[in-house]
Amino acid sequence: MSYGPLLFLGILFTLASSWVGLVLLPQRQLGALEQHVDTNSAAIYPQARAGEAQQGAEHYRSLGCVYCHSQQVRPEGFGSDIARGWGRRRSVSRDYIHDRPVMLGTMRTGPDLTNVGDRPLDAAWHYRHLFNPQATRPGSVMPPFPFLFEVRAVGPAGPSTNALALEGALAAPAGFEVVPTLRARQLVEYLRSLKSSGDLPEAPVKKEEAK
Amino acid sequence: MSSTSATKSLQAILPGDVSKGSDGPPSLAEIDASCRVPVLSFFLSGLAWLLLGTAFALVASIKLHQPSFLAGQEWLTFGTVRTVHLNTVVFGFASQTAIGVSIWLMCRLCRVPLVAPGVVAVANLFYNLGLLIGVVGIFAGDSTGIEWLEMPRYATPILFASYSLIAVWTIITFRLRTERRLYVSQWYLLAAVIWFPWAYGTAQVMLLIEPVRGVVQSTVQWWFTHNLLGLWFTPVGLAAIYYFIPKVTGRPIYNYALSVVGFWSLALFSNWNGLHHLVGGPLPAWMITVSVATSVMMLIPVLAAAINHHGTMIGNLGHLRQSPTLRFVVFGAVAYTLASLQGILSSLRSFSEVAHFTHHTVAHAHLGLYAFFSMVMFGAIYYILPRVTQQQWPSNGLISIHFWGAALGILLYVVPLGLAGLQQGRLLNNASVPFLDVVRFTLPWLQLRTVAGLLLGLGQLAFVVNVGWLLLRMLEPLRKPVIQILSGGEITSTGK
Repeated sequence: MSYGPLLFLGILFTLASSWVGLVLLPQRQLGALEQHVDTNSAAIYPQARAGEAQQGAEHYRSLGCVYCHSQQVRPEGFGSDIARGWGRRRSVSRDYIHDRPVMLGTMRTGPDLTNVGDRPLDAAWHYRHLFNPQATRPGSVMPPFPFLFEVRAVGPAGPSTNALALEGALAAPAGFEVVPTLRARQLVEYLRSLKSSGDLPEAPVKKEEAK
Repeated sequence: MSSTSATKSLQAILPGDVSKGSDGPPSLAEIDASCRVPVLSFFLSGLAWLLLGTAFALVASIKLHQPSFLAGQEWLTFGTVRTVHLNTVVFGFASQTAIGVSIWLMCRLCRVPLVAPGVVAVANLFYNLGLLIGVVGIFAGDSTGIEWLEMPRYATPILFASYSLIAVWTIITFRLRTERRLYVSQWYLLAAVIWFPWAYGTAQVMLLIEPVRGVVQSTVQWWFTHNLLGLWFTPVGLAAIYYFIPKVTGRPIYNYALSVVGFWSLALFSNWNGLHHLVGGPLPAWMITVSVATSVMMLIPVLAAAINHHGTMIGNLGHLRQSPTLRFVVFGAVAYTLASLQGILSSLRSFSEVAHFTHHTVAHAHLGLYAFFSMVMFGAIYYILPRVTQQQWPSNGLISIHFWGAALGILLYVVPLGLAGLQQGRLLNNASVPFLDVVRFTLPWLQLRTVAGLLLGLGQLAFVVNVGWLLLRMLEPLRKPVIQILSGGEITSTGK
C-alpha cells in the first residue's frame, strides 16, 4: 500500500490547523490592540517608552535579563504574584503593545519585574545593585555587571554626582570613583519605566488593594 | 531467534539486511556508502557543537550557584552563556544529528541511495556557517531576546535555507523509493521535514523580520517552540525508536495499527499545545484552554507509543546487554513516555501554578531533550556510524562510560531538580516566604546539577574519543605508502 499523497495532505492539514488557531486568530484578535483612553480622566495607557528607557530595553534584551526575570503578573488567586507586591492587578495583552520583543519570561530565579518601576528603589540603588547584587541583596545569585560601569580618577572638581556610594571591599581605591556608563543609565531608566498597572476596563485596579 | 511468522512479518514491514539481489533494489552497502559524506558531516559537526554547548552549560550552571564565577567578562555573563548553550545544543547538536539520522533512515527505508549527496554536504556547510554567525551574534549582544529563537535575523535565514534543502532532498528520496511499502518511521520523518521549516519560517517572518504587535509575539513564539520540540525532535526521535527496537531485537512492533493511531493523533494534537507555556499569562483564556485541552489529548499518541515501544521490549530485555544502540534507544523510549506524561501534567493549570517559573521546567526540558531525544540519537549513531564508515567501534569500555555517564548524569539532573523545582514553586506561591529564602533553598540543588552536568560531559567525552578513534581507523588505509594507494583497491577496503 502506498498512500504518499494522502500522507502528504494530512501533514499539511494538521499543521495548517494550528497555524490558523494559534497564529492567525491571535493576530486577528490581539494584533490591532490600541492604547486605552480613559473617558473621565483622558489618561492614556499604556504609554510608549521615552527614548532612553527604550534604549535600556535593548540592553535588557541583549544581556539576557529575561532568563531570570519574568514580566507578567499572574491573576489573583493564581500564585502569589499580587500578594508579593509584584503588581496591583494581573497583566493583560494590552500592557505589551509597545514591547519589541515582548519578554514575558519563563523563569523566576529573580523576582518579577513587571512593575519594578513602582517600587521604592531609586536610580542609585539600581546602580549599586547592578554593580554588585550581593551588596544590596545578600544571598542573591544575580550576576554582577561590572562592565556597565567605569572606574576612573576623581576629577579636580571632586567626585561625580552619580558616583556609586560603595563601602568596604567594593569601594574604589582612594582617588578613584565608580560611575555608571551610558548603558547602565539607559538600563536603569528602562527598569524605572516598568510600570504596568494602569487602570483598564479589562483589568481594573482595585483602589483599596493598592499597595 | 523467534517464530517464523514473526520474522516473516518483520521482513515484510522492515526492509532490512536480510535480502540482497544483484538485479533487485540497491544493496544496503550501496545505500550506506551514498550517505557516508553527508551523514558523517552532520554527525561530526553536531558532536563538535555538543561539546561546546555542554561546556557553556557547565559555566551557566556554576554561575547560578556561584555568581562571581567568570563574572567580569560581558560575553560570559549568565544571560549570554545560557543562550549560547541552548542554541548550540538545540540547533548545533540535536538538529544536526536529527538530520543525519533522518537522511540515513529515509534512504534505508525507501531502499534507495541518496541522490547527489554532495548537495546535502553543502547544506551542512551552510548550516554550520549560519550557526556560527548566529552564535557569534549572540556573543556580540545581538540575541533577539526571544527564547529558543535567539539567533539574530541575519543568521536564521541561512539555517532556514539549509533545512528547506534537506526537506526537499528527503521528499525526493521518498519519491524515488524502490520499497513501495511504507513503514511508520517514514511517516514521522516526512512529516518532520515538512513541519519544521514551516514553523521556523513562520516564526522568523512574524518575530524577526516583520514582528507582530504585542503578545501575538508570544503566541507565535510558543507555537514555534513547542513545534520545534513536538513536530521536529519528537517525530525524528520516534522514527528512530520505531526503527531500531524491531531492527535490533528482531521482533516486529507490538501493534502496528496502534502506531498509525499514534502518528495521526500526534499530528492532530501536538501542534496545538504551544500556549500551555503561557498558563497564567496575559492572553485570552480560550487560547490557553485550547492548548491545555490538546495537551491532555496527547495521552493518546504518548500511550500508543509507550505500548508499542515497551510492549516490543518486554521479554526481549536480554538484547540490551549486547547492543549499545538498543540500550540508548530503549532508555530514550522510556524517557519519552515519562517526559510526555510530565509535560501533560505541567500543562494543567493547577500544576502549572506551582511548577511554572521554576527549575521544574528546566528539569523537564532536559528530560525531553537529553534523556529522550539525545539518548535516542546516540543510540542511532552507534548503529549508523559503523555502517557508513565500514568500521567497528574501537572501544566497548568507552561506550559503557558514555552510557553510564549519560544515564546516571541525566537521572541525577532531572529527578532532584524536578522535585526541588516543585518545592521552589510552593515557596514562591507562599508570599510570607521572603524571595531570597527561596533562592537560598535552590542553591544545593543547583550545585548538584553542576555535578550531574559533569557526568554528562564525561560521557560525551568518551563518545567523542570513540568516534575520533573510529575515524582514525577509517583513514588508516590512506596512511599507507602512496605507491600502495595508487596501485588501487586498498583504499576502500576496511581498516582491519
